[in-house]
Amino acid sequence: MTAQSETLALDKPRSPRRPAARRSNFELYSWVFMRISGLALVVLVLGHLFIMNILDGGVHRLNFAFVAGRWASPFWQFWDLAMLWLAQLHGGNGLRTIIDDYARRDSTRFWLKMLLYVSMVLILFVGTLVIFTFDPDIPAS
Amino acid sequence: MTATVSEGAHDTSQIPAPEGSVTITVKLLRFNPEQDSEPHWESYDVPALPTDRVLNLLFNIKNYVDGTLAFRRSCAHGICGSDAMQINGINRLACKVLVKDLLGKKDTAGKPPVVTVAPIKGLPTMKDLYVDMEPFFEAYRAVKPYLIAYGNEPTRERVQSQADRERFDDTTKCILCAACTSSCPVYWADGSYFGPAAIVNAHRFIFDSRDEGSEERLDILNDAEGVWRCRTTFNCTDACPRGIQVTKAIQEVKRALLFKRV
Repeated sequence: MTAQSETLALDKPRSPRRPAARRSNFELYSWVFMRISGLALVVLVLGHLFIMNILDGGVHRLNFAFVAGRWASPFWQFWDLAMLWLAQLHGGNGLRTIIDDYARRDSTRFWLKMLLYVSMVLILFVGTLVIFTFDPDIPAS
Repeated sequence: MTATVSEGAHDTSQIPAPEGSVTITVKLLRFNPEQDSEPHWESYDVPALPTDRVLNLLFNIKNYVDGTLAFRRSCAHGICGSDAMQINGINRLACKVLVKDLLGKKDTAGKPPVVTVAPIKGLPTMKDLYVDMEPFFEAYRAVKPYLIAYGNEPTRERVQSQADRERFDDTTKCILCAACTSSCPVYWADGSYFGPAAIVNAHRFIFDSRDEGSEERLDILNDAEGVWRCRTTFNCTDACPRGIQVTKAIQEVKRALLFKRV
């Protein structure tokens, strides 16, 4: 009967169960980012859809030469790059919130987020690579 | 004790039917943790006056049909906030909803009008309409809903201008009934979200000129489970029996965080 062998188990129903605030502004910045990127995407995506699908001839005039001609201009390169990055980060952050909401177990939440982040990085990498290294003179092998 | 009667076959003839009363079918989501594995609907045909409150219908069922019906009520006059429940799918206080406001324009094919009553969502149901409020109060306590002031106690009352009082007047009305928090889809999905009620009560002190703990509370609400989870669906504002502009209060806390200014 040693007092040390018994661990003191306190019943403390009223003590806070939440971890202390992390003093990080991450959620604030992601909230602001969602608003700003959303506004930018309205312009970028609607402009993109208008040019690609409605403006003279619409979708029927799209071919390799059309894309090559557009990407010869830094303006359209920047447009597409901005659209790619904003859409990925905006959508990715939205999905992150949805995963936080609906994943029941910590392990599910972790793996879903990993899948999300890996796919985001992959798509951002491939997309950026294509925009910057696009070569209109592909040799007709 | 008789065996469990089949649904809708409860003998409600013992309930006194005053003159001018109409029969209403009260559909209750019943749950007895000692017998049922999950909640189920049961119907009771209850005579009711148009001036009756839903709470009267519940008491008639409890007193004359089934004494095991469990629900909370204290003051029964819309002050204590004990009897929040889903009435016809909307979070309301049972003591503030009148029968005449639930009756449809006319009877459908001679059948009595139906009123559904279920416990509030997002909190664990203990029995029938009785839920475990502890997660709700835990979030409430976590935002430090009390005056925080430093320095010496003043020798007279802490004075405040009418304009300063006006800033948080709306959020002083909260009665902690949980109607807003349990109507919030984010709270249903993720119970660790503080929920509208906790943010309303944080707002009440954050914008109080006499309080010096605004920074602490804003820090708490700036976290992952804080105000940034709010998607402004306005369910909370619709649900509040005190008419508090809950979503507006949440947005004011967001603005205070965004511009670092209360």
